[in-house]
Amino acid sequence: MANAETDLKDLGVRGESDFLPDGWELVCGLEVHTELKTKTKLFCGCANVFGAQANTNVCPTCLGLPGSLPVLNERALEIAAMIGLALSAKVQASIFHRKNYFYPDMPKDFQISQYDIPLNADGYLILPSGKRIGIERAHVEEDTGKITHLGGASGRIHGAERALIDYNRSGVPLVEIVSRPDIASPEEAREYVSELRSTLVAIGASDGKMEEGSLRVDANVSVRPIGETPFRTRCEIKNLNSLRSLVRAITFEAHRQVAAYLAGEKVTQQTRHWDESAGRTVALRNKEEAEDYRYFPEPDLVPLRPSEEWIEGLRSQLGELPKERRARLVESLGLTDTNDQIETAISVELYPFARSALAAGLDPKITVARCANELASLAPLDESFEISWFVELLRMETNGEVSATQAKSILAEVAKNLISPKAAQERLGFSQLTDDQLTKTINEAILQNPKEWERFRTGEAQLQGFFVGKIMKATSGKADGKAVVRILLATAEQR
Amino acid sequence: MSEMTNMSAFEIAESVNNQTVTATSVVEKSLALAEALNSKLNAFLAIDREGALRAAAKVDSIIASGGSPGRLAGVPIALKDNMCKVGLPTTCGSRILQGWIPPYDATVTKLLESEGAIIVGKTNLDEFAMGSSTENSAYGPTLNPVDLTRVPGGSSGGSASSVAAGIVPVALGSDTGGSIRQPASLCGVVGVKPTYGRVSRYGLVAFASSLDQIGPFSSSVMDSALTLEVIAGFDLKDSTSYDEQMGSLSAQKGLSVEGLRVGMVTEFVEGSDLEVVSALRDAANALTSLGADVVEISIPETKLGLSAYYLIAPAEASSNLARFDGVRFGLRVEGSNIEETNVLTRTKGFGAEVKRRIMLGTYALSSGYYDAYYAKAQQVRTLIKSGFERAYQQVDVLISPVSPTTAFKLGEKSLDPLAMYLSDVCTIPSNLAGHPAMSMPYALDSKGLPIGVQILAPALREDLMFRLAFALEGSSTGAPSLDDSIKEAINRG
Repeated sequence: MANAETDLKDLGVRGESDFLPDGWELVCGLEVHTELKTKTKLFCGCANVFGAQANTNVCPTCLGLPGSLPVLNERALEIAAMIGLALSAKVQASIFHRKNYFYPDMPKDFQISQYDIPLNADGYLILPSGKRIGIERAHVEEDTGKITHLGGASGRIHGAERALIDYNRSGVPLVEIVSRPDIASPEEAREYVSELRSTLVAIGASDGKMEEGSLRVDANVSVRPIGETPFRTRCEIKNLNSLRSLVRAITFEAHRQVAAYLAGEKVTQQTRHWDESAGRTVALRNKEEAEDYRYFPEPDLVPLRPSEEWIEGLRSQLGELPKERRARLVESLGLTDTNDQIETAISVELYPFARSALAAGLDPKITVARCANELASLAPLDESFEISWFVELLRMETNGEVSATQAKSILAEVAKNLISPKAAQERLGFSQLTDDQLTKTINEAILQNPKEWERFRTGEAQLQGFFVGKIMKATSGKADGKAVVRILLATAEQR
Repeated sequence: MSEMTNMSAFEIAESVNNQTVTATSVVEKSLALAEALNSKLNAFLAIDREGALRAAAKVDSIIASGGSPGRLAGVPIALKDNMCKVGLPTTCGSRILQGWIPPYDATVTKLLESEGAIIVGKTNLDEFAMGSSTENSAYGPTLNPVDLTRVPGGSSGGSASSVAAGIVPVALGSDTGGSIRQPASLCGVVGVKPTYGRVSRYGLVAFASSLDQIGPFSSSVMDSALTLEVIAGFDLKDSTSYDEQMGSLSAQKGLSVEGLRVGMVTEFVEGSDLEVVSALRDAANALTSLGADVVEISIPETKLGLSAYYLIAPAEASSNLARFDGVRFGLRVEGSNIEETNVLTRTKGFGAEVKRRIMLGTYALSSGYYDAYYAKAQQVRTLIKSGFERAYQQVDVLISPVSPTTAFKLGEKSLDPLAMYLSDVCTIPSNLAGHPAMSMPYALDSKGLPIGVQILAPALREDLMFRLAFALEGSSTGAPSLDDSIKEAINRG
């Protein structure tokens, strides 16, 4: 097998759909675990927060002490169902199961999860490219504790001298979203996770922080000759902590499998670990050795029977999903496709600004540009930064009360000092020049540059920029470019 | 023997509340008796002299300042050692939990204490409540105070024994397949398994979660009624608890059973000893003379109970007992890696019966066997439930033997698990159906050993069950005479 494990950099790939040797295609499905943004854990009242001192947010239930019992967090269930609705899945009657296995990060030595009857089944996600990725299920389960290995080589399990366990994460609510094997390229996998992440963040289900582990991805990868219908043996890749890792790992793994087939070898069903620094996947365990989880219905919890009323109530809380936001901006701009500016402007932080400005009837082009460029560069914005300030500033700019350059400076001032755009305008001394003042400055420029003026007046339009520049310089940029042009043209007409 | 220790819980609470006795004096007597008898009975795994006297003093001071400590003021109560109380060890009769002190109270503990009850100690049990004789305890067997050569039944043998010996008027037990009713029958006391979900299981160390239910032991029907009224009720911490109100049980005393339709379950009579059946017939006759309509009724589905139970209960147990792995609490036998530590700890910490059931349950849940065993057993459970439902269309309550035999000798069945399992053949179906059932001491056999009558009722109908129990209490001749050496010890104390 070792000879089939080619180095990634030798493959010279960029993750696009034709990245495999001719005649081969990728078949990939993803399992995404998302931690839910709830105040408390899934089955007890302990706080669900990241970064607290170890083993401080624990109680008999999440420590699995003898005699303790789980009680379902209603809010977690609501958020989980909202995920299903956002993914156009069927939210259905379901039950919890116990998944039994011994591991010290799992205090009861079983995990409360869902098995054959998940809360959400059979949905899909449409990617910005238009590709539809099927969602098999999105079920609720509890997170495990976190083990830190100490001593030995490099903090790895093997050779570690001891292990410390933090149970703060034990019992944190998770939803596992399982896609169908519809993903055909590493780039598509990235796009799927990215769109899924935006969707989860948009509905307030998750903070989407992959680096804090609140979004975790496992990839099921197999390859097959194009035209072959049955699936070939798949491998599950774990430890994909970033979008970059995801793309690199799938790319590597697909090539590894093709190389194995081409060398006449077999691919064994395995769980494999992505080694980011080595740029390769390595076998963790074969599926034949996989544990029998002895699933059975959790007797300490009652079946879930969501009512239509409850489901519709949650649907009304969903708000605009990324795909709807995208569609709205694409349409406002008169485009047929999305672009980078739109993708930035629909993010959870920026979109409310864009949405309000458009609702106020402001120019979509300026709105999206200011959101995607200036506002984005000021992020993260302070919580007390008011959306109305942004709308007001765009209105001032559109009306010509301030220049584009001034608008950008004012926006920065607003963000820095959390004051209204009018106040920022004043503080920056950007009080609007009157037409009289501008006319006076223009006349001075004409007197100082008579030859250029004559050429401009008699039709050399390219000299307009020359005069605008002079006026801007003379007014230290306070003049509104549009007004300058208007007066320049009017003056040329008169003379 | 002091008068006070013979007082019922009802009398103690009344006397403490109207200041004819102090809680401290009642509790002191109970503790002294517990200490004097424990070397003979081994009923207690822990006696909390200090904590009990402190709690009693608090009850007395509330009374002194004109307050009302509650419905169980000053009543000494023993908890089966699979229920948590802060500060007292909970061992479950197992070596694997040796030294573990829970940092939280079970809901029943809180409820009892909030009504002024005093927890005097924790009672012995078959390890993790798995057994019918209390011989499976890692801390030695409990003996039957009626005859010290015999078992008290199980798994709540310590609780039954301590009530029968008069150490406490009330004790709590847990009943998964008969673990309250069978020892109650063998020791000659009242034992109640309420409807599944009636009493919160929070703080009860789980054996089989879908079957476990906490209930009281007492000498009188009234004391069990009173105790169940205190511990029953919806608990936010137990999702399977009922929020339906339970009607007054104590108010059932003296109510007529005239016209009540009572069914005697044929299948439970069939396998029982002649003397046991004869006691049941006496009870039936007594009920008839009180105006009840007694008929024989067949529920053939109940015959499947034992087989279904020995798949479902071990399956749940195999999962519930996984957490005893040497990582966080209790015994830890260090191995060279975590898997080895798990194995060594569990090998040393669990007894033979617990291991047998863990293996049975693990097998029943394994992929490829699940459908044939666990899933099938659940179907049988549905069948049994519908069998009972059919019966309850014809009758209001059911009566039957509790245990096919009276108390057996120590060691008589401990090497034959199947014979031991058969002890629960009449009690298991109620657990599978989730219905309430109780054991009512009714007669003595030719050896003077107690025989109980089981009263079974539909879900949530504890009121009917108690009405019948109160009615039968009048004609009961089931109060046993204690073993001579126990009488002697009591008299010395």
